[in-house]
Amino acid sequence: MMNHLNNRQAFKLQNEGRSSARRELRVKLLLASFLLALFLVPLTGWAGNEAPLVAEDPVVEKRMIELTQNLRCLVCQNESIADSHADFSNDIRREIRAQIRANKTDQEIIEFMVERYGDFVLYDPPIKPTTFLLWFGPLILFISGLAYLIIYLRRRRLQVEEAVPLSENEKKQVEALLNENK
Amino acid sequence: MMRFMLPLVAFLIMVVFLFVGLSLNPRQVPSPLIDKPAPVFELRQLHEPEKKLSSQDNLGKVWLLNVWASWCVACRDEHPLLVHVANAGIVPIYGLNYKDERDTAIQWLRQFGDPYTVSIVDPDGRVGIDYGVYGVPETYVIDKQGIIRHKQIGPVTVKSLQETILPLVKELQGQS
Repeated sequence: MMNHLNNRQAFKLQNEGRSSARRELRVKLLLASFLLALFLVPLTGWAGNEAPLVAEDPVVEKRMIELTQNLRCLVCQNESIADSHADFSNDIRREIRAQIRANKTDQEIIEFMVERYGDFVLYDPPIKPTTFLLWFGPLILFISGLAYLIIYLRRRRLQVEEAVPLSENEKKQVEALLNENK
Repeated sequence: MMRFMLPLVAFLIMVVFLFVGLSLNPRQVPSPLIDKPAPVFELRQLHEPEKKLSSQDNLGKVWLLNVWASWCVACRDEHPLLVHVANAGIVPIYGLNYKDERDTAIQWLRQFGDPYTVSIVDPDGRVGIDYGVYGVPETYVIDKQGIIRHKQIGPVTVKSLQETILPLVKELQGQS
């Protein structure tokens, strides 16, 4: 144990010089990221914010996170409400926590969100006429590709079968050509 | 001939789809509240906190609900237009002061002008959630029956006023 500590101290001493250079680098990086953050402050009031502390009730929190993982944050659209630190998502999470405590079902909470923000808020869009293309488009593309491939292969096979065998004369010509480069 | 036409046609279809995709604004999420009754609220007024205003108080007239905040930079862009509309007496504008501090909000109105018939206060954004607010400023056109007829996401512009909001207001005012 002592030995181990001494080793670490020796290591520390050795690295004193290097670590001060590293500290300087770290300060620079910190400054750079701060400046970068300044540029990233959006103009339209969609500012991000620190995540609030995990709520007191872990059961409510777990259900809330499960629900919000499938809901889109409308401010930062590629993040789920569970992941987002935007003010908007904070508010929605707070609202959903309150609804869970009020014994609302998952279905009721999802409906609450869709009534206000539309289907766009769902990462899993419902199947209805406006989303048919979205749901079945890839399948249609796949089937038409497959159909094209089958037709193409069948046509080619027919062509191969129909091919007339070479005559004796032609065979000689082929051999002559093949032997030319030998 | 067919050999060249097929890929060309496929390519052109793709170009059309991608072009349409480029011209869409992902920020403009169509609101499901259009043509639905405006969510009911009863909120304290900004200037006279002891008084409240209910959305039901506005039944029978066409009105605009403008969601704003002193921290919202884009609100400053649209503000002169709102002041202009209010001064011309075309349509009453009600302000929903969204997640703001009372003092800074009043100070902000003093500085930039106050177009609002009444400003009401939504300090925790709860009414904002009911209205599906996600990017301030937003403006709702609400008719005499209390139905939301239009939602402008982001700042009101001269173009959106002239082409959409004002003609709609005029049409709605003409209805009984």
